[in-house]
Amino acid sequence: MKFHAFNDQSGGTTRPSAGFDEMVRPDGSIRPAYQKLADWLSQQSRGLMAKKQEEAEAIFRRLGITFAVYGDSASNERLIPFDLIPRIISAKEWRFLERGIEQRVRALNAFLYDIYHRQEIIRAGRIPAELITNNEAFLPEMIGFDPPRKIYSHIIGTDIVRTGENDFFVLEDNLRIPSGVSYMLEDREAMMHLFPELFAAHRVAPVERYPELLRQTLESVAPAGCKGDPTIAVLTPGIYNSAFFEHSFLADQMGVELVQGSDLFVEDGALYMRTIAGKEKVDVLYRRVDDAYLDPLTFRPDSSLGVPGLFDLYRAGHVTIVNAPGTGIADDKAVYAYVPDITEFYTGQKPILQNVPTWRCAIKDECAHVVQNLDTLVVKEVHGSGGYGMLIGPHATKAERASFAKKIAAKPSNYIAQPTLSLSTCPSNVGKGPSPRHVDLRPFVLVGDRVRITPGGLTRVALKKGSLVVNSSQGGGTKDTWVLED
Amino acid sequence: MLGRTAASLFWMSRYIERAENIARLTEVGYRIALTPDIGSGHREDWQSTLIAAAGLNTYLERHSAITPEKVQHFLLFDRDNPSSVRSCLETARNNARAVRTALTREMWEALNSTYIDFTAVKASDLRSGKLPEFLDWVRQRSALFRGSMLGTLLRDEGFHFGQLGAFIERVDNTARILDVKYYVLLPTNESVGGDLDAFQWETILRSVSAHRSYRHVYKDRYRPWNIAEFLILRQEMPRSFRFCYGWIERSLEGLLEILGQSPQSRHDALAILSDLKSASMDEIFQSGLHEFLSNFIKRNNDLSSRIAHDFHFL
Repeated sequence: MKFHAFNDQSGGTTRPSAGFDEMVRPDGSIRPAYQKLADWLSQQSRGLMAKKQEEAEAIFRRLGITFAVYGDSASNERLIPFDLIPRIISAKEWRFLERGIEQRVRALNAFLYDIYHRQEIIRAGRIPAELITNNEAFLPEMIGFDPPRKIYSHIIGTDIVRTGENDFFVLEDNLRIPSGVSYMLEDREAMMHLFPELFAAHRVAPVERYPELLRQTLESVAPAGCKGDPTIAVLTPGIYNSAFFEHSFLADQMGVELVQGSDLFVEDGALYMRTIAGKEKVDVLYRRVDDAYLDPLTFRPDSSLGVPGLFDLYRAGHVTIVNAPGTGIADDKAVYAYVPDITEFYTGQKPILQNVPTWRCAIKDECAHVVQNLDTLVVKEVHGSGGYGMLIGPHATKAERASFAKKIAAKPSNYIAQPTLSLSTCPSNVGKGPSPRHVDLRPFVLVGDRVRITPGGLTRVALKKGSLVVNSSQGGGTKDTWVLED
Repeated sequence: MLGRTAASLFWMSRYIERAENIARLTEVGYRIALTPDIGSGHREDWQSTLIAAAGLNTYLERHSAITPEKVQHFLLFDRDNPSSVRSCLETARNNARAVRTALTREMWEALNSTYIDFTAVKASDLRSGKLPEFLDWVRQRSALFRGSMLGTLLRDEGFHFGQLGAFIERVDNTARILDVKYYVLLPTNESVGGDLDAFQWETILRSVSAHRSYRHVYKDRYRPWNIAEFLILRQEMPRSFRFCYGWIERSLEGLLEILGQSPQSRHDALAILSDLKSASMDEIFQSGLHEFLSNFIKRNNDLSSRIAHDFHFL
């Protein structure tokens, strides 16, 4: 069956311009997982979709689901645009992704343990020593320390992009403090509220258990000496942090305290929070504060977001910090290029998920290739995040490329480059009607007594036509992600 | 419960209550200015309003003259005035955001949508007689928040801190309104009371939304003695000292039941309550109404600090 845009026929087109569209085949027919959605879309009027869009925005704003954009003072609380049309992933596709993600996160945790202990992988000559020793993300304070269950990164948001029927690439591993899970949960709530009949017509794998699974994961890594049920707290930098809503949301959903640095103190070998009745011990701290701000005595002395003495307490095994400090060494963009080797080294298996080919400017020949091919490449800062400080070659002006080349020349080791991937597209509700827009996917992974991956995750969508940048800080939106059950 | 959470609930409630009180004071000021004859003395009345709203000094630092437009703007929209309705709503909302998980959805939505709608209003939207409607709206939104809290919040520690904040703020406001106008309530005034006094008395009652309930209780014309008694000692008047302290004591009692410890603040509150129970208007007037009121305002402030200390507000 051919697909028609909304029934008033005046709107946009779902026909992808180029690349892989997840709903429509090049011949215009609909892929099976999307069939019901396509039928449904063709019956909705533009007016109705516009009304639902307004309704969705009102819900999000009233609930306070906003995020702060750094450097944007005029509107310091914004809604992330919500795209009403869900993305659909078939059961078979999901099984493949799940296996690939689990393999990868297990390997990366094994890598972290090794890097902070005997560094067998360097001895074996599989990665160069200077990749680690010269890396700012390597935390010498963690050397020789065994975190509970030897897990470093418990909460992971693996960024995955798709370029073809069977071509999935991991773009970033996000092993530090990935965010976005609250949007996954709220987007689902919103969809069930706005389109119950469409939802009921599909067998969608539930995501609602995430907070419970997060809690189980956190409990499973309590310090060895912890008796009875561990007390968990979520540490936030405070209400002005861009992800504050999420911190508060997760604490609430898990039924634990949301604390700030000033609520905590270290005394007699334990971490405590200040309560109205005095002090209460904390066993597991899910921190949403960067490593550098965790403890002014060990890291940045000017930080007031953390807790003096926390790190020593952690090393003594009296509290568990989740994720562990120092995980950045495994999701550093320079290390990224080696993840296929890392996976093979620790699992003894071929990687299931592909890496995006990556040129490291730290290596002379590769750097030359990058500079010569700036017009086709995406160049990223090794320690950058959130889409800041990157160059998208094909979309940049000549002058922008020239000035970026200078930056690379000044500090080559600060950059890596990748081919500009043609991200897959999905239908998006963009006013004129459903129209294909580029997407990525961030599944949320929990590593504790076992690996738990919530089916689906957060789909980010570049709402601007033709844009490949999905970051919310740069005009991206989100949509609900439906993993179908067999 | 974290001490900081308790502090946020306490201050959230206090600021919502304050927003409502400031709206009410602004409305009374606006009415006075509309009244012929008496209206010409508006400068003094707006000054009283500023004193009652604890904002006269801040205002005078920024403006050389007292004009109705400037005072209204200062009381409603001025970001530099920490007690403007805008600042109150913003502070209340920031406190609420910080403890979002300790609130019910209804409470959060009542507060958040109030803030969002308020920020969309510009001072210029309120010309041509729209001000009373707007002030009504502010009071309704405060009532909605209170109602959501009373109707949906679990009766746990959080509720008690919310109640403490609301009643400490409310009684402070009532005491300030009385203190600003205490001289028109002195018994010596009663015999000479002309139209102007009658108008002042009504103003006091309106400032606490009590001009009609007064008549139900006293079945009499406005008399300063009764007015003072109504606002200080009558326990059926929901903004009176006696009423507010009944609730403050009950809330501290509730915390005692949950936490199993009797903090100093509870003893202090009990002492204030028992003084109010045994007081008579005779004594109060004899020992000086103004002295009584300033002493009470100080004791109420001290109690607020004591609560912050006892429950580790930081």
